[in-house]
Amino acid sequence: MTATEPGRLVPPRAGVRLRRIRLGDPVVGVWLAALTVTLLGWIVVAARGGDFLTTTNAVAILQNSVALGLVAVGQSAVILTGSLDLSVAYLISLGTLVAAETMASGGVVTAVIAVLALSAAVGLANGLIVTGLKVNAFIATLGTAFILRGWIEDNYTGPAGKVPASFQHLGYDRVGPVPVSVFLLAAVAAAVWFLTRRTRLGHHMYATGGDEHAARLSGVRTRRTVVIAHIICSLCVGAAALFLAARLGAGAPWAGTEARYDLESIAAVVLGGTALAGGRGGVAGTLGGVLVLAVLDSVFNQLAVDPFFKNVVRGVVIIAAVAVYARPRRAAKGRPTA
Amino acid sequence: MTTATVTHHGKRVVRALGTGAPVYVLLAVLLAALAFTDPGFYEPDRFLSFVKRAAPLVILAAGQYLVIVCGEFDLSVGAIVTAGVVVAAELYGSFPGAPWLLVTALLLVAGGVAGLVSGLITTALRVPSFITTLGMMLILEGAVFFWTGGSPQGALPTAFRQLGRGAAFGWLPWAVIVCLVVGAAAVLLMRSDFGRTLVATGDSERAAALAGVRVARARIIAFVLSGAAAAIAAVLVGGFSGVSAQAGRGYEFEAITAVVLGGVVLGGGRGSVVAAMAGAFSLQALFTLLNLQGVSGALESTVQGCIVIAAVGLGAADWSRLRRRRTNPSGGQAS
Repeated sequence: MTATEPGRLVPPRAGVRLRRIRLGDPVVGVWLAALTVTLLGWIVVAARGGDFLTTTNAVAILQNSVALGLVAVGQSAVILTGSLDLSVAYLISLGTLVAAETMASGGVVTAVIAVLALSAAVGLANGLIVTGLKVNAFIATLGTAFILRGWIEDNYTGPAGKVPASFQHLGYDRVGPVPVSVFLLAAVAAAVWFLTRRTRLGHHMYATGGDEHAARLSGVRTRRTVVIAHIICSLCVGAAALFLAARLGAGAPWAGTEARYDLESIAAVVLGGTALAGGRGGVAGTLGGVLVLAVLDSVFNQLAVDPFFKNVVRGVVIIAAVAVYARPRRAAKGRPTA
Repeated sequence: MTTATVTHHGKRVVRALGTGAPVYVLLAVLLAALAFTDPGFYEPDRFLSFVKRAAPLVILAAGQYLVIVCGEFDLSVGAIVTAGVVVAAELYGSFPGAPWLLVTALLLVAGGVAGLVSGLITTALRVPSFITTLGMMLILEGAVFFWTGGSPQGALPTAFRQLGRGAAFGWLPWAVIVCLVVGAAAVLLMRSDFGRTLVATGDSERAAALAGVRVARARIIAFVLSGAAAAIAAVLVGGFSGVSAQAGRGYEFEAITAVVLGGVVLGGGRGSVVAAMAGAFSLQALFTLLNLQGVSGALESTVQGCIVIAAVGLGAADWSRLRRRRTNPSGGQAS
């Protein structure tokens, strides 16, 4: 029995659907929103006598969106599958610490492998808790976050380790005007996009997120799909941790938590039109959502807005944007108990 | 006949405990462990002070339950607690002579209004409540710190703090009375027509709407009550720990954890409010136990994470097995 549901739940398996430009499409919406925010920012900053659309500023915006972008791309993979990951912030912190400490004693390659292995292990644990123990993803990953937090607080009191200059190239070097790290984000995003849109695994992820029960009845190994999605997410988070370690020059226990990457990444994913209940959306929209947040940040910095007031505006923008264009077709029924 | 009524009664007890059964076991185990670790724990004044410390979380859990059972989230409660404490301090800074009852009432109304806004945005604009209340959290925290310049100042007068740290008749803390009143109100509410409406909404929004339930109104009321409950918690927290910018930090996740520990299903439609409040007590008992056991402050969250996952996992496992046995073996529930 193949699903005779409308195509929005299960993307067409064969053939590329011609994507027409529709204003109702959240992906188009979010990029338009990014454009609007940029234009508005430019006008406001210009009115104050500043200069917004400079190369330096554009590069800074890109640079600032790398970390959140990497996390959000990973987060979209899990959310698509109908799960979610609240442990990303502490995983980033732990990742930077492990990276910096391993680099101080061993080689760069060992450190990269160590961080990615750690991330994969955490992702695997998350996935197994969600699917095997049937713990709701919200609670499962919150629990993992607590475990990681305890681990960090017990072992580290402040910045630790040292990142050698050779690895800091990832954080600071540029190819022409474009920072190297942006290529990292582009590569990771392209890989996840390909995985979700062009492979069997990706179609299974959409199917699982759309309706887990139907997907399982159609022969999709939903558990395995959810576990793999969690591993993908955590690997992206590991990449973000490596980038932040290169940027900071050391590991920091607050690297992930201070910027609230857990909630910010979910906000970016939803801004990008991915349904929180899963099954709809994708990486392209997420990148747009990240860009909106990054441009907003840059505008605030240029205007020297009070950081607390920044949060107020950010909250309003997130709600308003989702209300305007990422409107779910039916009221979200919370999260399915994966 | 008597046996019939007895078994009927027994079934009813089992059904009333229902999905929440594991949490009562957990609570009993934790309370027994507490008695074992610390023989003096059940002396009346010490036990009452334990309940007093649990009160804000229990009240928050009751409010959060209402929102969760109708299929939504409220992530803004922690921020409402912080905002409530800071706003009270600022109010007393401007009007030192304000009667505490008036300030408390004002906070309640403000909390309700915050919930009303979340509810309206969630239902009318169809923004997922996760995002609505996340935005509300950013807005409230940002606004409070913007207003106070980052470091809230001022102090709360004794009269206002009485509710949080004082005691009636010299021995019964007011917080315990407030907790009991809120708990009783929540139970009565869930037994009323409105309570059933709320559960029906969370179970199947469409079926409820077709049956004539005003789904949006039920949800908005749930958000308003959750906001008001958060304001009550703010009064208690302000009472016993004073003014701080960190007053409500993390409470939103603790409240949701407590509710889920109580066997309430995220996504709505299942679980009881008593079990949710028992979940809050369990969480507080766990914190107390970890403290008494001398688990280093840092590792505390690790142990907490493990226990929460294990408890919820056990609850989920039992529940799905029960269901599978009762219904056809098509493989548990999808959502």
